[in-house]
Amino acid sequence: MSVKIYFFAGLREALGVSSETLALPTDVTSVAALRDHLAARGEPWSALASTRNLRVAVNQQMVGFDTALHAEDEVAFFPPVTGG
Amino acid sequence: MMATHISVSVQEADFDVGIEIAALSAGRDDVGAVASFVGLVRADKLENIKLVNVKVDAQDTVDTVHAMTLEHYPGMTEKSLEAIVAEAATRWSFFGARVIHRVGRLLPGERIVFVAVASAHRGDAFAACEFIMDYLKTRAPFWKKEDTPAGGRWVDARDSDDSAAARWEE
Repeated sequence: MSVKIYFFAGLREALGVSSETLALPTDVTSVAALRDHLAARGEPWSALASTRNLRVAVNQQMVGFDTALHAEDEVAFFPPVTGG
Repeated sequence: MMATHISVSVQEADFDVGIEIAALSAGRDDVGAVASFVGLVRADKLENIKLVNVKVDAQDTVDTVHAMTLEHYPGMTEKSLEAIVAEAATRWSFFGARVIHRVGRLLPGERIVFVAVASAHRGDAFAACEFIMDYLKTRAPFWKKEDTPAGGRWVDARDSDDSAAARWEE
């Protein structure tokens, strides 16, 4: 299955990528597994390895990292929000 | 009972506070209270900003944040603001709520966010307005980047914003 991934703010700048469509290996079935899969690409993707300053949304809803992924999901990784 | 009227906008343009407040009670006589909040871009002093190895040539050029750029997640932003107002409507009784959040480049002194709630009595309006702002700060996908003399700098999330949102869960 494949998912659409978005990156925002400082994370987008650090990665130099704002979005990509990715076909997932069969063992990548959760947000946490996707994060590990991306972080394993090496620099600068290891920025995703720490969850301390990382938030995630699936289909435009903020979720926990244990959330399961489904085909065609829209996943977004970003730093804690700072609006208002 | 009439449904609560919720209106949310994410826009580059400025807004007219008077027009927005008036619209919440236009054509009805059951509104007894409208509480509103306006957030402005503040020119933070340099001591509040962590800058490393910055060469300071003239104090007046480094004194303040020169501008701010707001990034957001189109689609999710609007949905999350609507969800926050809907959550407020389960806790307090109000007729309508209006949320406007600006994006793009903003200068110190410019309006950045507006929240207003119209209800029968002031208690519901005050509380819902503050709740919406507190949740907006921690749940709506906006990110601020400050232009400083040392270059662009993404604003860090504040623990105090998390505590402000958390007190509504007690």
